[in-house]
Amino acid sequence: MEQTSLPGIGVRHDFVTEAGRRLGVVSHRDGRRALIVYDRDDPDARLAAIPLTDDEAEALADLLGASLMLGQLAGLRDQAAGLLTEQIALPASSPFVGRPLGDTRARTRTSASIVATLRAAQVIPSPGPDFRFESGDVVVAVGTRKSLDALTRILADNDPDG
Amino acid sequence: MHQSTTVLLIEVGALMFLLGLLGRLSRRFGISPIPLYLLAGLAFGHGGLLPLNASEEFFSVGAEIGVILLLVLLGLEYSADELVGNLRAAAPVGLLDAVLNALPGAAFALILGWGWVAAVVLAGVTWVTSSGVVAKVLADLGRLGNRETPVVLSVLVMEDLAMALYLPLLTALLAGTGLLGGGIALGIAVLAVTVVLVVAIRFGGWISKAISARDPEALLLGIFGLTLLVAGVAAQLKVSAAVGAFLVGIAVSGPVAHHATRLLSPLRDIFAAVFFLFFGLTTDPAHLPPVLLPAIGLAIATIATKILTGYVAARRAGIAVRGRWRAGLALTPRGEFSIVIAGLAVATPGINPELGALATAYVLITVVVGPIIARLPDFEWFKALLRPRPTVVAAVPVQATEAQGALTQHTPDATGQ
Repeated sequence: MEQTSLPGIGVRHDFVTEAGRRLGVVSHRDGRRALIVYDRDDPDARLAAIPLTDDEAEALADLLGASLMLGQLAGLRDQAAGLLTEQIALPASSPFVGRPLGDTRARTRTSASIVATLRAAQVIPSPGPDFRFESGDVVVAVGTRKSLDALTRILADNDPDG
Repeated sequence: MHQSTTVLLIEVGALMFLLGLLGRLSRRFGISPIPLYLLAGLAFGHGGLLPLNASEEFFSVGAEIGVILLLVLLGLEYSADELVGNLRAAAPVGLLDAVLNALPGAAFALILGWGWVAAVVLAGVTWVTSSGVVAKVLADLGRLGNRETPVVLSVLVMEDLAMALYLPLLTALLAGTGLLGGGIALGIAVLAVTVVLVVAIRFGGWISKAISARDPEALLLGIFGLTLLVAGVAAQLKVSAAVGAFLVGIAVSGPVAHHATRLLSPLRDIFAAVFFLFFGLTTDPAHLPPVLLPAIGLAIATIATKILTGYVAARRAGIAVRGRWRAGLALTPRGEFSIVIAGLAVATPGINPELGALATAYVLITVVVGPIIARLPDFEWFKALLRPRPTVVAAVPVQATEAQGALTQHTPDATGQ
Protein backbone atom coordinates (compact mmCIF):
# COMPACT_ATOMS: atom_id res chain seq x y z
CA MET A 1 0.00 0.00 0.00
CA GLU A 2 1.50 3.29 -1.14
CA GLN A 3 0.59 6.59 0.50
CA THR A 4 1.14 9.81 -1.42
CA SER A 5 0.31 13.28 -0.15
CA LEU A 6 -1.46 15.63 -2.56
CA PRO A 7 -0.57 19.10 -1.26
CA GLY A 8 -3.63 21.30 -1.09
CA ILE A 9 -5.99 18.42 -1.83
CA GLY A 10 -5.51 15.47 0.52
CA VAL A 11 -3.98 12.02 0.42
CA ARG A 12 -3.96 9.18 -2.09
CA HIS A 13 -3.53 5.52 -1.16
CA ASP A 14 -3.01 2.97 -3.85
CA PHE A 15 -1.75 -0.55 -4.45
CA VAL A 16 -1.41 -3.17 -7.18
CA THR A 17 -3.59 -6.25 -6.80
CA GLU A 18 -2.33 -9.78 -7.33
CA ALA A 19 -4.08 -9.76 -10.70
CA GLY A 20 -1.97 -6.78 -11.72
CA ARG A 21 -4.61 -4.07 -11.50
CA ARG A 22 -3.98 -0.85 -9.61
CA LEU A 23 -6.61 0.42 -7.17
CA GLY A 24 -6.56 3.61 -5.17
CA VAL A 25 -8.52 5.89 -2.89
CA VAL A 26 -8.21 9.69 -2.97
CA SER A 27 -9.22 11.23 0.35
CA HIS A 28 -9.90 14.95 0.08
CA ARG A 29 -9.16 17.12 3.07
CA ASP A 30 -12.81 18.10 3.40
CA GLY A 31 -13.82 14.44 3.86
CA ARG A 32 -14.88 13.61 0.30
CA ARG A 33 -13.24 10.54 -1.16
CA ALA A 34 -13.14 8.72 -4.46
CA LEU A 35 -12.36 5.17 -5.44
CA ILE A 36 -9.90 5.12 -8.32
CA VAL A 37 -9.54 2.26 -10.79
CA TYR A 38 -6.45 2.57 -12.95
CA ASP A 39 -6.12 1.92 -16.63
CA ARG A 40 -4.53 -1.42 -17.53
CA ASP A 41 -3.03 0.23 -20.60
CA ASP A 42 -1.64 3.30 -18.93
CA PRO A 43 -0.72 2.50 -15.34
CA ASP A 44 -0.71 6.17 -14.27
CA ALA A 45 -4.14 7.20 -15.52
CA ARG A 46 -7.47 6.58 -13.90
CA LEU A 47 -9.99 4.51 -15.84
CA ALA A 48 -12.71 5.52 -13.42
CA ALA A 49 -12.92 7.80 -10.42
CA ILE A 50 -15.98 7.03 -8.34
CA PRO A 51 -16.89 9.62 -5.71
CA LEU A 52 -18.24 8.00 -2.55
CA THR A 53 -20.38 9.53 0.20
CA ASP A 54 -19.70 8.64 3.86
CA ASP A 55 -22.43 6.01 3.86
CA GLU A 56 -21.35 4.46 0.58
CA ALA A 57 -17.72 4.25 1.67
CA GLU A 58 -18.74 2.66 4.95
CA ALA A 59 -21.02 0.16 3.22
CA LEU A 60 -18.28 -0.81 0.78
CA ALA A 61 -15.73 -1.16 3.57
CA ASP A 62 -18.16 -3.31 5.55
CA LEU A 63 -18.78 -5.57 2.58
CA LEU A 64 -15.10 -6.10 1.88
CA GLY A 65 -14.07 -6.29 5.54
CA ALA A 66 -16.82 -8.70 6.58
CA SER A 67 -16.24 -11.16 3.75
CA LEU A 68 -12.57 -11.25 4.66
CA MET A 69 -13.39 -12.08 8.29
CA LEU A 70 -15.88 -14.77 7.24
CA GLY A 71 -13.26 -16.41 5.04
CA GLN A 72 -10.85 -16.61 7.95
CA LEU A 73 -13.52 -17.93 10.30
CA ALA A 74 -14.66 -20.66 7.93
CA GLY A 75 -11.28 -22.33 8.43
CA LEU A 76 -11.57 -22.09 12.20
CA ARG A 77 -14.98 -23.73 12.22
CA ASP A 78 -13.73 -26.92 10.60
CA GLN A 79 -11.04 -27.42 13.20
CA ALA A 80 -13.15 -27.61 16.34
CA ALA A 81 -16.23 -29.80 16.06
CA GLY A 82 -19.12 -28.74 18.27
CA LEU A 83 -17.79 -25.22 18.67
CA LEU A 84 -19.39 -22.55 16.55
CA THR A 85 -18.17 -19.11 15.56
CA GLU A 86 -20.76 -16.49 15.01
CA GLN A 87 -20.97 -12.80 14.20
CA ILE A 88 -23.51 -11.02 16.36
CA ALA A 89 -24.43 -7.47 15.48
CA LEU A 90 -24.84 -5.27 18.54
CA PRO A 91 -28.39 -3.87 18.27
CA ALA A 92 -28.62 -0.08 18.39
CA SER A 93 -30.96 -0.47 21.36
CA SER A 94 -28.50 -2.66 23.24
CA PRO A 95 -27.92 -1.61 26.87
CA PHE A 96 -24.16 -2.13 26.30
CA VAL A 97 -23.67 0.65 23.71
CA GLY A 98 -21.10 2.93 25.32
CA ARG A 99 -20.38 0.45 28.13
CA PRO A 100 -17.34 -1.78 28.62
CA LEU A 101 -17.32 -5.41 27.53
CA GLY A 102 -16.69 -6.47 31.16
CA ASP A 103 -20.18 -5.30 32.09
CA THR A 104 -21.76 -8.06 29.99
CA ARG A 105 -20.03 -10.77 32.11
CA ALA A 106 -20.61 -12.82 28.97
CA ARG A 107 -18.08 -15.55 29.57
CA THR A 108 -19.22 -16.18 33.14
CA ARG A 109 -22.88 -16.26 32.26
CA THR A 110 -22.83 -18.10 28.91
CA SER A 111 -19.34 -19.66 28.56
CA ALA A 112 -19.23 -18.16 25.05
CA SER A 113 -16.07 -16.19 24.35
CA ILE A 114 -15.88 -12.88 22.47
CA VAL A 115 -12.78 -13.22 20.29
CA ALA A 116 -12.99 -10.09 18.19
CA THR A 117 -15.08 -7.06 17.36
CA LEU A 118 -15.65 -5.61 13.89
CA ARG A 119 -15.95 -1.86 13.84
CA ALA A 120 -16.16 0.22 10.66
CA ALA A 121 -14.27 -2.37 8.60
CA GLN A 122 -11.61 -2.72 11.28
CA VAL A 123 -11.05 -5.90 13.20
CA ILE A 124 -10.28 -5.43 16.88
CA PRO A 125 -8.86 -8.79 18.03
CA SER A 126 -9.40 -10.08 21.60
CA PRO A 127 -11.04 -7.02 23.15
CA GLY A 128 -10.34 -6.74 26.90
CA PRO A 129 -12.92 -6.26 29.67
CA ASP A 130 -12.54 -2.48 29.51
CA PHE A 131 -13.17 -2.37 25.73
CA ARG A 132 -16.15 -0.05 25.14
CA PHE A 133 -18.88 -1.04 22.68
CA GLU A 134 -20.17 1.40 20.13
CA SER A 135 -23.35 1.37 18.14
CA GLY A 136 -22.81 -0.63 14.93
CA ASP A 137 -20.19 -2.98 16.39
CA VAL A 138 -20.31 -6.61 15.32
CA VAL A 139 -19.14 -9.11 17.94
CA VAL A 140 -17.37 -12.31 16.84
CA ALA A 141 -17.93 -15.02 19.47
CA VAL A 142 -16.95 -18.68 19.83
CA GLY A 143 -19.09 -21.13 21.78
CA THR A 144 -21.74 -23.86 21.67
CA ARG A 145 -25.06 -23.22 19.95
CA LYS A 146 -26.77 -22.68 23.29
CA SER A 147 -24.17 -20.32 24.71
CA LEU A 148 -24.09 -18.24 21.52
CA ASP A 149 -27.87 -17.88 21.61
CA ALA A 150 -27.66 -16.74 25.22
CA LEU A 151 -24.96 -14.22 24.33
CA THR A 152 -27.15 -12.84 21.52
CA ARG A 153 -29.95 -12.29 24.04
CA ILE A 154 -27.60 -10.67 26.58
CA LEU A 155 -26.35 -8.23 23.98
CA ALA A 156 -29.93 -7.41 23.00
CA ASP A 157 -31.45 -6.82 26.43
CA ASN A 158 -29.03 -8.10 29.11
CA ASP A 159 -31.21 -11.14 29.80
CA PRO A 160 -29.62 -14.55 28.95
CA ASP A 161 -32.89 -16.46 29.26
CA GLY A 162 -34.70 -14.10 26.94
CA MET B 1 -24.41 61.93 -0.49
CA HIS B 2 -21.33 63.51 -2.03
CA GLN B 3 -21.39 63.67 -5.80
CA SER B 4 -18.09 61.80 -6.32
CA THR B 5 -19.24 59.03 -4.00
CA THR B 6 -22.38 58.58 -6.08
CA VAL B 7 -20.37 58.29 -9.29
CA LEU B 8 -18.03 55.86 -7.52
CA LEU B 9 -20.94 53.65 -6.50
CA ILE B 10 -22.31 53.65 -10.03
CA GLU B 11 -18.96 52.85 -11.63
CA VAL B 12 -17.97 50.16 -9.12
CA GLY B 13 -21.43 48.63 -9.23
CA ALA B 14 -21.58 48.55 -13.01
CA LEU B 15 -18.11 47.04 -13.33
CA MET B 16 -18.73 44.41 -10.64
CA PHE B 17 -21.98 43.46 -12.33
CA LEU B 18 -20.13 43.15 -15.62
CA LEU B 19 -17.50 40.95 -13.96
CA GLY B 20 -20.31 38.76 -12.67
CA LEU B 21 -21.65 38.31 -16.19
CA LEU B 22 -18.16 37.60 -17.51
CA GLY B 23 -17.55 35.03 -14.76
CA ARG B 24 -20.72 33.31 -15.79
CA LEU B 25 -19.74 33.37 -19.44
CA SER B 26 -16.37 31.83 -18.66
CA ARG B 27 -18.02 29.01 -16.71
CA ARG B 28 -20.28 28.34 -19.71
CA PHE B 29 -17.21 27.81 -21.91
CA GLY B 30 -15.24 26.05 -19.20
CA ILE B 31 -12.36 28.53 -19.20
CA SER B 32 -10.76 30.56 -16.42
CA PRO B 33 -12.43 33.96 -15.87
CA ILE B 34 -9.00 35.67 -15.50
CA PRO B 35 -8.58 36.58 -19.22
CA LEU B 36 -12.08 38.06 -19.35
CA TYR B 37 -11.44 40.21 -16.25
CA LEU B 38 -8.22 41.47 -17.80
CA LEU B 39 -9.99 42.30 -21.07
CA ALA B 40 -12.72 44.17 -19.18
CA GLY B 41 -10.01 46.18 -17.43
CA LEU B 42 -8.39 47.03 -20.77
CA ALA B 43 -11.73 48.19 -22.15
CA PHE B 44 -12.46 50.59 -19.29
CA GLY B 45 -8.97 51.80 -18.38
CA HIS B 46 -6.69 54.54 -19.64
CA GLY B 47 -7.00 54.74 -23.39
CA GLY B 48 -9.72 52.09 -23.43
CA LEU B 49 -13.17 52.22 -25.02
CA LEU B 50 -14.81 53.95 -22.06
CA PRO B 51 -12.34 55.24 -19.46
CA LEU B 52 -13.65 55.41 -15.90
CA ASN B 53 -11.97 57.78 -13.47
CA ALA B 54 -13.97 58.20 -10.28
CA SER B 55 -13.41 54.63 -9.08
CA GLU B 56 -9.72 54.30 -9.81
CA GLU B 57 -8.62 54.87 -6.21
CA PHE B 58 -11.12 52.33 -4.94
CA PHE B 59 -9.93 49.73 -7.42
CA SER B 60 -6.32 50.48 -6.60
CA VAL B 61 -6.85 49.69 -2.90
CA GLY B 62 -9.14 46.79 -3.77
CA ALA B 63 -6.45 45.31 -6.01
CA GLU B 64 -3.91 45.42 -3.13
CA ILE B 65 -6.36 43.58 -0.90
CA GLY B 66 -7.02 41.16 -3.76
CA VAL B 67 -3.36 40.14 -3.94
CA ILE B 68 -3.23 39.70 -0.17
CA LEU B 69 -6.35 37.51 -0.17
CA LEU B 70 -5.10 35.43 -3.13
CA LEU B 71 -1.91 34.72 -1.23
CA VAL B 72 -3.40 34.03 2.21
CA LEU B 73 -5.79 31.49 0.69
CA LEU B 74 -2.93 29.88 -1.20
CA GLY B 75 -1.09 29.59 2.12
CA LEU B 76 -4.18 28.15 3.81
CA GLU B 77 -4.31 25.39 1.21
CA TYR B 78 -0.94 24.03 2.26
CA SER B 79 0.09 22.90 5.69
CA ALA B 80 3.63 23.58 6.84
CA ASP B 81 4.27 19.82 6.98
CA GLU B 82 3.34 19.43 3.31
CA LEU B 83 5.65 22.25 2.28
CA VAL B 84 8.63 20.93 4.22
CA GLY B 85 7.91 17.27 3.43
CA ASN B 86 7.81 18.12 -0.24
CA LEU B 87 10.95 20.24 -0.15
CA ARG B 88 13.66 17.61 -0.20
CA ALA B 89 12.14 15.34 -2.84
CA ALA B 90 11.07 18.15 -5.14
CA ALA B 91 14.01 20.54 -4.79
CA PRO B 92 15.85 19.32 -7.94
CA VAL B 93 12.64 19.58 -9.95
CA GLY B 94 11.98 23.04 -8.53
CA LEU B 95 15.45 24.13 -9.58
CA LEU B 96 15.00 22.71 -13.08
CA ASP B 97 11.63 24.45 -13.30
CA ALA B 98 13.20 27.78 -12.32
CA VAL B 99 16.08 27.47 -14.78
CA LEU B 100 13.99 26.29 -17.72
CA ASN B 101 11.19 28.80 -17.31
CA ALA B 102 12.66 31.90 -15.70
CA LEU B 103 15.67 32.21 -18.02
CA PRO B 104 13.65 32.57 -21.26
CA GLY B 105 11.73 35.48 -19.71
CA ALA B 106 14.89 37.17 -18.49
CA ALA B 107 16.65 36.66 -21.82
CA PHE B 108 13.64 38.07 -23.61
CA ALA B 109 13.64 41.30 -21.58
CA LEU B 110 17.37 41.73 -22.17
CA ILE B 111 16.96 41.18 -25.93
CA LEU B 112 14.24 43.85 -26.01
CA GLY B 113 16.68 46.14 -24.17
CA TRP B 114 14.46 46.71 -21.14
CA GLY B 115 17.28 46.49 -18.61
CA TRP B 116 18.11 43.91 -15.97
CA VAL B 117 15.45 44.87 -13.41
CA ALA B 118 12.79 44.25 -16.07
CA ALA B 119 14.60 40.98 -16.84
CA VAL B 120 14.12 39.85 -13.23
CA VAL B 121 10.44 40.82 -13.48
CA LEU B 122 9.82 38.97 -16.74
CA ALA B 123 11.71 35.95 -15.42
CA GLY B 124 9.13 35.71 -12.64
CA VAL B 125 6.24 36.22 -15.06
CA THR B 126 7.25 33.27 -17.24
CA TRP B 127 8.43 31.07 -14.35
CA VAL B 128 5.31 30.59 -12.27
CA THR B 129 2.46 28.33 -13.32
CA SER B 130 -0.98 29.35 -12.10
CA SER B 131 -1.74 26.95 -9.27
CA GLY B 132 -5.37 28.06 -9.25
CA VAL B 133 -5.93 27.31 -12.93
CA VAL B 134 -3.98 24.02 -12.88
CA ALA B 135 -5.76 22.72 -9.76
CA LYS B 136 -9.08 23.45 -11.44
CA VAL B 137 -8.03 21.81 -14.72
CA LEU B 138 -6.89 18.67 -12.88
CA ALA B 139 -10.16 18.47 -10.97
CA ASP B 140 -12.24 19.12 -14.11
CA LEU B 141 -10.43 16.41 -16.07
CA GLY B 142 -10.82 13.99 -13.15
CA ARG B 143 -7.07 13.56 -12.85
CA LEU B 144 -6.73 13.95 -9.08
CA GLY B 145 -6.28 10.20 -8.69
CA ASN B 146 -3.72 9.92 -11.46
CA ARG B 147 -0.23 8.93 -10.45
CA GLU B 148 1.45 11.87 -12.17
CA THR B 149 -0.72 14.39 -10.29
CA PRO B 150 1.50 14.54 -7.16
CA VAL B 151 4.39 15.45 -9.47
CA VAL B 152 2.39 18.34 -10.92
CA LEU B 153 1.32 19.49 -7.47
CA SER B 154 4.84 19.35 -6.09
CA VAL B 155 6.05 21.61 -8.90
CA LEU B 156 3.30 24.07 -7.97
CA VAL B 157 4.20 23.91 -4.28
CA MET B 158 7.87 24.51 -5.00
CA GLU B 159 7.02 27.55 -7.11
CA ASP B 160 4.73 28.99 -4.46
CA LEU B 161 7.42 28.53 -1.84
CA ALA B 162 10.03 30.04 -4.17
CA MET B 163 7.76 33.07 -4.56
CA ALA B 164 8.13 33.70 -0.83
CA LEU B 165 11.79 34.43 -1.56
CA TYR B 166 11.47 35.90 -5.05
CA LEU B 167 8.85 38.56 -4.24
CA PRO B 168 10.84 40.24 -1.43
CA LEU B 169 13.91 40.26 -3.66
CA LEU B 170 11.92 41.81 -6.48
CA THR B 171 10.25 44.34 -4.18
CA ALA B 172 13.65 45.51 -2.97
CA LEU B 173 15.08 45.69 -6.50
CA LEU B 174 12.10 47.71 -7.71
CA ALA B 175 12.46 50.05 -4.75
CA GLY B 176 15.88 50.86 -6.20
CA THR B 177 17.84 49.66 -3.20
CA GLY B 178 20.24 47.76 -5.44
CA LEU B 179 21.87 44.42 -4.73
CA LEU B 180 22.60 45.15 -1.07
CA GLY B 181 18.98 46.09 -0.33
CA GLY B 182 17.82 43.04 -2.29
CA GLY B 183 20.15 40.85 -0.25
CA ILE B 184 18.83 42.25 3.03
CA ALA B 185 15.20 41.76 1.93
CA LEU B 186 16.03 38.21 0.84
CA GLY B 187 17.69 37.58 4.21
CA ILE B 188 14.63 38.84 6.11
CA ALA B 189 12.38 36.73 3.88
CA VAL B 190 14.42 33.54 4.40
CA LEU B 191 14.40 34.17 8.16
CA ALA B 192 10.65 34.91 8.20
CA VAL B 193 9.77 31.85 6.12
CA THR B 194 11.95 29.57 8.27
CA VAL B 195 10.55 30.95 11.53
CA VAL B 196 6.96 30.62 10.31
CA LEU B 197 7.50 27.05 9.08
CA VAL B 198 9.20 25.97 12.32
CA VAL B 199 6.61 27.71 14.49
CA ALA B 200 3.74 26.31 12.40
CA ILE B 201 5.08 22.74 12.60
CA ARG B 202 5.97 22.87 16.31
CA PHE B 203 3.20 25.09 17.69
CA GLY B 204 0.66 25.13 14.86
CA GLY B 205 -1.90 23.53 17.15
CA TRP B 206 -1.56 26.35 19.70
CA ILE B 207 -1.96 29.12 17.13
CA SER B 208 -5.02 27.48 15.70
CA LYS B 209 -6.45 26.93 19.19
CA ALA B 210 -5.91 30.58 20.14
CA ILE B 211 -8.15 31.56 17.22
CA SER B 212 -11.40 29.79 17.95
CA ALA B 213 -13.15 28.33 14.93
CA ARG B 214 -16.56 28.40 16.57
CA ASP B 215 -17.69 31.97 15.94
CA PRO B 216 -17.65 32.58 12.17
CA GLU B 217 -17.91 36.37 12.43
CA ALA B 218 -15.05 36.68 14.90
CA LEU B 219 -12.98 34.24 12.88
CA LEU B 220 -13.56 36.14 9.64
CA LEU B 221 -12.63 39.48 11.19
CA GLY B 222 -9.74 37.96 13.11
CA ILE B 223 -8.08 36.23 10.16
CA PHE B 224 -8.79 39.06 7.73
CA GLY B 225 -7.43 41.65 10.17
CA LEU B 226 -4.38 39.57 11.06
CA THR B 227 -3.60 39.01 7.38
CA LEU B 228 -3.83 42.70 6.48
CA LEU B 229 -1.77 43.62 9.54
CA VAL B 230 1.02 41.15 8.79
CA ALA B 231 0.93 42.07 5.09
CA GLY B 232 1.22 45.75 5.98
CA VAL B 233 4.13 45.17 8.36
CA ALA B 234 5.84 43.00 5.72
CA ALA B 235 5.40 45.77 3.15
CA GLN B 236 6.84 48.27 5.64
CA LEU B 237 9.90 46.03 6.02
CA LYS B 238 10.10 45.91 2.18
CA VAL B 239 9.48 42.14 2.23
CA SER B 240 6.32 42.38 0.05
CA ALA B 241 2.80 42.35 1.47
CA ALA B 242 1.94 39.25 -0.56
CA VAL B 243 4.58 37.16 1.19
CA GLY B 244 3.37 38.30 4.62
CA ALA B 245 -0.13 37.14 3.71
CA PHE B 246 1.17 33.81 2.36
CA LEU B 247 3.00 33.17 5.64
CA VAL B 248 -0.15 33.88 7.69
CA GLY B 249 -1.95 31.28 5.59
CA ILE B 250 0.75 28.69 6.23
CA ALA B 251 0.90 29.36 9.96
CA VAL B 252 -2.82 28.66 10.37
CA SER B 253 -3.75 25.00 10.06
CA GLY B 254 -6.29 22.36 11.03
CA PRO B 255 -10.00 23.11 11.48
CA VAL B 256 -9.34 26.87 11.74
CA ALA B 257 -7.70 26.82 8.30
CA HIS B 258 -10.63 24.85 6.94
CA HIS B 259 -13.21 27.33 8.28
CA ALA B 260 -11.11 30.36 7.35
CA THR B 261 -10.84 29.07 3.77
CA ARG B 262 -14.60 28.81 3.56
CA LEU B 263 -15.17 32.27 5.04
CA LEU B 264 -12.48 34.11 3.07
CA SER B 265 -13.16 32.50 -0.33
CA PRO B 266 -16.08 34.80 -1.25
CA LEU B 267 -14.04 37.85 -0.22
CA ARG B 268 -11.13 36.54 -2.27
CA ASP B 269 -13.40 36.09 -5.29
CA ILE B 270 -14.51 39.73 -5.12
CA PHE B 271 -11.13 41.31 -4.54
CA ALA B 272 -9.17 39.01 -6.85
CA ALA B 273 -11.56 39.97 -9.65
CA VAL B 274 -10.94 43.61 -8.73
CA PHE B 275 -7.21 42.93 -8.88
CA PHE B 276 -7.28 41.47 -12.40
CA LEU B 277 -9.62 44.24 -13.51
CA PHE B 278 -7.33 46.90 -12.03
CA PHE B 279 -4.31 45.45 -13.78
CA GLY B 280 -6.24 45.70 -17.05
CA LEU B 281 -7.34 49.24 -16.15
CA THR B 282 -3.76 50.43 -15.67
CA THR B 283 -2.56 48.82 -18.90
CA ASP B 284 -2.87 51.05 -21.94
CA PRO B 285 -4.39 49.04 -24.81
CA ALA B 286 -2.36 51.19 -27.22
CA HIS B 287 0.72 49.35 -25.94
CA LEU B 288 -0.73 45.95 -26.81
CA PRO B 289 -0.34 45.66 -30.62
CA PRO B 290 3.46 46.22 -30.67
CA VAL B 291 4.03 43.54 -27.98
CA LEU B 292 1.57 41.02 -29.36
CA LEU B 293 4.02 39.14 -31.58
CA PRO B 294 6.76 39.07 -28.91
CA ALA B 295 4.15 37.81 -26.42
CA ILE B 296 3.15 34.98 -28.76
CA GLY B 297 6.79 34.04 -29.26
CA LEU B 298 7.45 34.12 -25.51
CA ALA B 299 4.31 32.08 -24.84
CA ILE B 300 5.30 29.37 -27.34
CA ALA B 301 8.84 29.19 -25.98
CA THR B 302 7.83 29.01 -22.31
CA ILE B 303 4.94 26.61 -22.94
CA ALA B 304 7.52 24.30 -24.49
CA THR B 305 9.90 24.68 -21.53
CA LYS B 306 7.04 24.02 -19.08
CA ILE B 307 6.09 20.85 -20.94
CA LEU B 308 9.72 19.75 -20.73
CA THR B 309 9.76 20.53 -16.98
CA GLY B 310 6.68 18.41 -16.34
CA TYR B 311 7.94 15.61 -18.59
CA VAL B 312 11.30 15.39 -16.84
CA ALA B 313 9.75 15.70 -13.36
CA ALA B 314 7.32 12.86 -14.11
CA ARG B 315 10.08 10.68 -15.55
CA ARG B 316 12.09 11.16 -12.36
CA ALA B 317 9.04 9.93 -10.42
CA GLY B 318 8.86 6.76 -12.54
CA ILE B 319 5.76 7.75 -14.53
CA ALA B 320 5.20 6.17 -17.96
CA VAL B 321 5.39 8.13 -21.21
CA ARG B 322 1.73 9.11 -21.44
CA GLY B 323 1.69 10.31 -17.83
CA ARG B 324 4.79 12.40 -18.50
CA TRP B 325 3.02 14.21 -21.33
CA ARG B 326 -0.04 14.73 -19.15
CA ALA B 327 2.14 16.27 -16.42
CA GLY B 328 3.96 18.54 -18.89
CA LEU B 329 0.90 19.75 -20.73
CA ALA B 330 -1.01 20.41 -17.49
CA LEU B 331 1.62 22.83 -16.20
CA THR B 332 1.57 25.46 -18.97
CA PRO B 333 -1.03 28.06 -17.86
CA ARG B 334 0.40 31.19 -16.21
CA GLY B 335 -2.01 33.36 -14.28
CA GLU B 336 -2.44 35.19 -11.03
CA PHE B 337 1.21 35.16 -9.93
CA SER B 338 2.46 36.47 -13.26
CA ILE B 339 0.02 39.35 -12.97
CA VAL B 340 0.99 39.95 -9.32
CA ILE B 341 4.64 40.17 -10.35
CA ALA B 342 3.94 42.42 -13.33
CA GLY B 343 1.63 44.51 -11.13
CA LEU B 344 4.48 45.23 -8.72
CA ALA B 345 6.66 46.31 -11.62
CA VAL B 346 4.32 48.57 -13.60
CA ALA B 347 3.78 50.75 -10.52
CA THR B 348 7.52 51.49 -10.53
CA PRO B 349 8.93 54.43 -12.49
CA GLY B 350 11.75 53.50 -14.86
CA ILE B 351 10.18 50.22 -15.93
CA ASN B 352 9.17 50.17 -19.58
CA PRO B 353 5.34 50.61 -19.63
CA GLU B 354 5.14 48.02 -22.40
CA LEU B 355 6.03 45.37 -19.82
CA GLY B 356 2.52 45.54 -18.37
CA ALA B 357 1.02 45.10 -21.82
CA LEU B 358 3.38 42.23 -22.62
CA ALA B 359 2.50 40.47 -19.35
CA THR B 360 -1.21 40.94 -20.04
CA ALA B 361 -0.95 39.52 -23.55
CA TYR B 362 1.29 36.70 -22.33
CA VAL B 363 -1.07 35.66 -19.54
CA LEU B 364 -4.09 35.98 -21.85
CA ILE B 365 -2.46 33.55 -24.28
CA THR B 366 -1.17 30.95 -21.81
CA VAL B 367 -4.22 30.96 -19.55
CA VAL B 368 -6.50 30.29 -22.53
CA VAL B 369 -4.23 27.91 -24.45
CA GLY B 370 -2.92 26.03 -21.38
CA PRO B 371 -6.17 24.36 -20.25
CA ILE B 372 -6.95 23.46 -23.87
CA ILE B 373 -3.64 21.70 -24.53
CA ALA B 374 -3.91 20.03 -21.10
CA ARG B 375 -6.74 17.98 -22.62
CA LEU B 376 -4.66 16.71 -25.55
CA PRO B 377 -3.43 13.49 -23.85
CA ASP B 378 -7.04 12.35 -23.39
CA PHE B 379 -7.65 12.17 -27.14
CA GLU B 380 -7.28 8.84 -28.91
CA TRP B 381 -5.04 10.21 -31.67
CA PHE B 382 -2.61 11.56 -29.08
CA LYS B 383 -2.51 8.20 -27.31
CA ALA B 384 -1.98 6.49 -30.68
CA LEU B 385 0.98 8.76 -31.36
CA LEU B 386 2.65 7.65 -28.14
CA ARG B 387 1.83 3.95 -28.47
CA PRO B 388 4.83 1.80 -29.40
CA ARG B 389 4.53 0.27 -32.88
CA PRO B 390 2.88 -3.17 -32.68
CA THR B 391 5.14 -4.89 -35.26
CA VAL B 392 6.87 -7.04 -32.61
CA VAL B 393 3.60 -8.61 -31.48
CA ALA B 394 2.49 -9.47 -35.00
CA ALA B 395 5.75 -11.31 -35.70
CA VAL B 396 5.10 -14.01 -33.10
CA PRO B 397 1.97 -16.14 -33.78
CA VAL B 398 1.46 -17.27 -30.14
CA GLN B 399 1.36 -13.73 -28.90
CA ALA B 400 -1.02 -12.74 -31.65
CA THR B 401 -3.94 -14.49 -29.92
CA GLU B 402 -3.04 -12.80 -26.66
CA ALA B 403 -2.98 -9.48 -28.44
CA GLN B 404 -6.43 -10.24 -29.79
CA GLY B 405 -7.70 -11.00 -26.32
CA ALA B 406 -6.23 -7.76 -25.09
CA LEU B 407 -7.89 -5.95 -27.96
CA THR B 408 -11.38 -7.14 -27.06
CA GLN B 409 -10.79 -6.06 -23.49
CA HIS B 410 -9.78 -2.62 -24.62
CA THR B 411 -12.85 -1.96 -26.68
CA PRO B 412 -15.15 -0.94 -23.80
CA ASP B 413 -12.45 1.44 -22.51
CA ALA B 414 -12.15 3.11 -25.86
CA THR B 415 -15.89 3.61 -26.26
CA GLY B 416 -16.21 4.68 -22.67
CA GLN B 417 -14.02 7.71 -23.22
